[in-house]
Amino acid sequence: MTTAVAELKSNEPERALTVPPVRTIVLDRPPEPVRPVSQRDAVRRIGLAAGPERLRLEEVSVSYGGKDAVRGVSLSIHQGEVLALIGPSGCGKTTLLRTLNRLTELTPNAARTGRIVLDGHDIHDLEDTALRARVAMVFQQPNPFPMSIFDNVAFALREQSRRRPRRAELEPLVLDALRRAGLYEEVKDDLHRPALRLSGGQQQRLCIARAIAPRPEVLLMDEPCSALDPISTGVVEDLIHELRRELAVVVVTHNLAQAHRVADKVAFMYLGDLVEYGTAQQVFEESRAPRTRDYVRGTFG
Amino acid sequence: MSAPLANPRGVALATRGRRSSVRTWRWSDRLAVLAAWAAGLFLCAVAAAVVIYMGYRGIEYLRPALLFSRPAPGVAQSETGGFLDPLLGTMLLTAIGIALAAPLAICSALWIVEYGRHGRARRMSRVVESSIEVVAGTPDIVIALFGVALFQLHALAFLSSTGEGGGVTGQSFIVAGAVMSLIALPPIFVATRDGLQAVPAHLREAAYALGKTRIATIRRVLLPRVRANLATGVTLGVSRIVADTAIVIVLLGDTLRFEPATGGLPGLRLLRGTGSSLTSYVFDNSPAGEAGAPQKAYAAAFVLLVFVVALNLVVERIGRAQASSQGLAADGGIA
Amino acid sequence: MMRPWSDRRAGGILGAASLLTCLCVLAMVAFVAVNAWPIFAHDGLRWLGPGGSIKGQIETMLNSTGHPPASVFHLRAWPIVYGTLLVTVLAVAIALPLAVLCAVFIVELAPAGVRGVMVPVVRLLASVPSVIWGLIGVLVLVPYVGNHLITTSERDSLLGTVQLTGASLLVAVVVLALMIAPIMVALICDALAAVPASWREGAAALGVNRPRAIRAVNLRAIRPAIVAATVLATGRALGEAIMISMVSGSFFFAPRPGDGLTFLFEPLRTIASTLVDYREGIGAPALKATLYALALLLLLSALVLSLGGHLIKQPLRRHQVPA
Repeated sequence: MTTAVAELKSNEPERALTVPPVRTIVLDRPPEPVRPVSQRDAVRRIGLAAGPERLRLEEVSVSYGGKDAVRGVSLSIHQGEVLALIGPSGCGKTTLLRTLNRLTELTPNAARTGRIVLDGHDIHDLEDTALRARVAMVFQQPNPFPMSIFDNVAFALREQSRRRPRRAELEPLVLDALRRAGLYEEVKDDLHRPALRLSGGQQQRLCIARAIAPRPEVLLMDEPCSALDPISTGVVEDLIHELRRELAVVVVTHNLAQAHRVADKVAFMYLGDLVEYGTAQQVFEESRAPRTRDYVRGTFG
Repeated sequence: MSAPLANPRGVALATRGRRSSVRTWRWSDRLAVLAAWAAGLFLCAVAAAVVIYMGYRGIEYLRPALLFSRPAPGVAQSETGGFLDPLLGTMLLTAIGIALAAPLAICSALWIVEYGRHGRARRMSRVVESSIEVVAGTPDIVIALFGVALFQLHALAFLSSTGEGGGVTGQSFIVAGAVMSLIALPPIFVATRDGLQAVPAHLREAAYALGKTRIATIRRVLLPRVRANLATGVTLGVSRIVADTAIVIVLLGDTLRFEPATGGLPGLRLLRGTGSSLTSYVFDNSPAGEAGAPQKAYAAAFVLLVFVVALNLVVERIGRAQASSQGLAADGGIA
Repeated sequence: MMRPWSDRRAGGILGAASLLTCLCVLAMVAFVAVNAWPIFAHDGLRWLGPGGSIKGQIETMLNSTGHPPASVFHLRAWPIVYGTLLVTVLAVAIALPLAVLCAVFIVELAPAGVRGVMVPVVRLLASVPSVIWGLIGVLVLVPYVGNHLITTSERDSLLGTVQLTGASLLVAVVVLALMIAPIMVALICDALAAVPASWREGAAALGVNRPRAIRAVNLRAIRPAIVAATVLATGRALGEAIMISMVSGSFFFAPRPGDGLTFLFEPLRTIASTLVDYREGIGAPALKATLYALALLLLLSALVLSLGGHLIKQPLRRHQVPA
């Protein structure tokens, strides 16, 4: 399987000096499929040693048409960790998330300063398609394409490669992505069903499978559970928990309880400023800033 | 454009990073983008060519005298006169067609939206809508032949004239206008129906809550609101009538001038008589018709095109006025 | 003072108007079918097939009067049926890709200023009357084809069979494609603009470049609209009478693909253009029956097209947002 993936990756052309050869990722540990609930440890928070740093933000500011949305944020995102961006609405957490894969460029008057470094390379110098192949995103509303389940998951694999891969090459990658997303068991009997016929929770997991199929290094999730019912939310949270082994995960959430459950590191933002950043333990229990304390206690939100 | 970011705390703003290089695109992608640009520009070029060419020829051949003088049979171009009669013929046909089509279309649309939503009436509504769709999709030459078959019946001889041998000609302004109304019906119906369906339910409910009957609601509340849609629909209907040729050449008798019918009520003689319209005039003067006078054909075609463009502008103006008055951003749609 | 109308009366009147509309349509089908009957009575459906010279058959009908003997009703209309199919299929085959590409250009690729120009341009093209298209065709394109594109050798190859004047299949197909393309562009543009932004964003976030995203997602999403547009355009193409009559040479001839390039320069007649050309002969009973039979054919084709369009859209809707 890794050879097939490597072959797909090698189809990318060699680049000039400042741009790295695309997608030579060294994983800390081999990717593992999501384990069924019964096999998981009772204690949710397994202390994983943080892996290598994937993304680093240095004094990042984003503004829309002159108005600042994010001011001077510096963070570090590691593989093996889930970073939760929390804060009241309008604090800029979604904007910050979308800056990480340069999706803010789709908006006409967005501007950015500061540096964002992916594996040692400034994302500004990467091609946007190459960047987004390494930094994937899952949106708040599940948005599966109007195609079959198989075609959805295979989408990025097909369209990112230079030449069109054959179905035989795609199939193992698609199945693997579905397994890792914990959706395989539910859809394996008919992968050619239209994706829009799935339930909301299944659609969101399909979007996750679609996002992780091309083996990105970082997974960005913009309030992935806000449109889902509690059971699906639980399934997706378990998924996040498992996925962090092979990826760096950044989750934006306005749900403090979810942040409690899911996060290893937490960044609290308020009106565009990064107020506090640290491990979950530090931010929730030993917060330094009074505003953080107020927020996590629910004094305002 | 990419801005140098040597100093992380620098003031330099980046708006866009590096875009995906065309080098990495498959050649089919590059071809597709080129083809799309080519298609768009090609259609623009065609439109420009049509307008410019017709304008050029029109200015070359159109004299104001042509608009106001009546056509006359003759051999040389200087003798054949202008096309006042065809011009008036077009207007007369349009008037008759709209006068018949508009009430029918508006009443049908009203009935479907207001009365025909529940139960048995619902099935009837679908039948009405399907029939109007059928009419909309029928070629105009077929509708013209239907008109011939219908109006050559002896019972309807009073609408046209009777030729020698007792056969009903079935060709007159009334006949052609009546058949034209079938073409104008679908645009008016669709525009009215869509406008009525777009009226928010709470307006109707408020009216009913005030104790108004349904018909009063229609008259006082709904119809004024859909005035713009009605205007659009009628304008579209007018443009379809003005542009139609097949019905005219089959049902209007194809005489250069107005030839009122003999006998019968004096007022109706003109309507029962034959004549021509701009479109049939163009057709007849082209190599396809008998006369073969391209100069006159160009002149008349230019006038026709000006009409159509003007009607188009009216529709656009109504659309923009409606969008702004309802506080919506003007939509970028075409239809 | 007028009494306010009661709802029931008003409803009755409006309902009667709607009924009248239906009756008009039913009357149309009925009248056409009734007048077409003699041709079907004579030969069943065989009159659609090939056999004999259609020109001779129609001339016979034209010259018959009064109560003609049964043999006059003999008709083999295949050449014009074939001509209709040929022109329609070729025109739609050209117009469909043109329209899709143009729509993609307008909605996705054009800068805002260009888009503002394109919208009125397409609307203008869609409303040009067919007689003006025919005029330009017969006064500009036909002479050009006749003088510059047809070679003497091609003319000689058909000497005695048919005369190549430039009024031809080529001109008919090109002008027809230009007539129906704007209709399709309008419909497809609306559908493209309605594709949810979430799909656009999703495709971008997956690192797919713009053209690929458009092809893989947007065009797939609007397949029902493309079908609807094609059906509409085909119906329009089938029924186009005036323009074809002006540019296609008005000759009862079935263009032969075996002739190579000359195939494009051969004249033809379609069903609709025959109706226009022989409209004066409607007095002769046999010809009248023929004309109505042809009209019935057109009418039924239009009906079948609408129905077919509806049916094709259903399976395509599987993949869309469940209504």
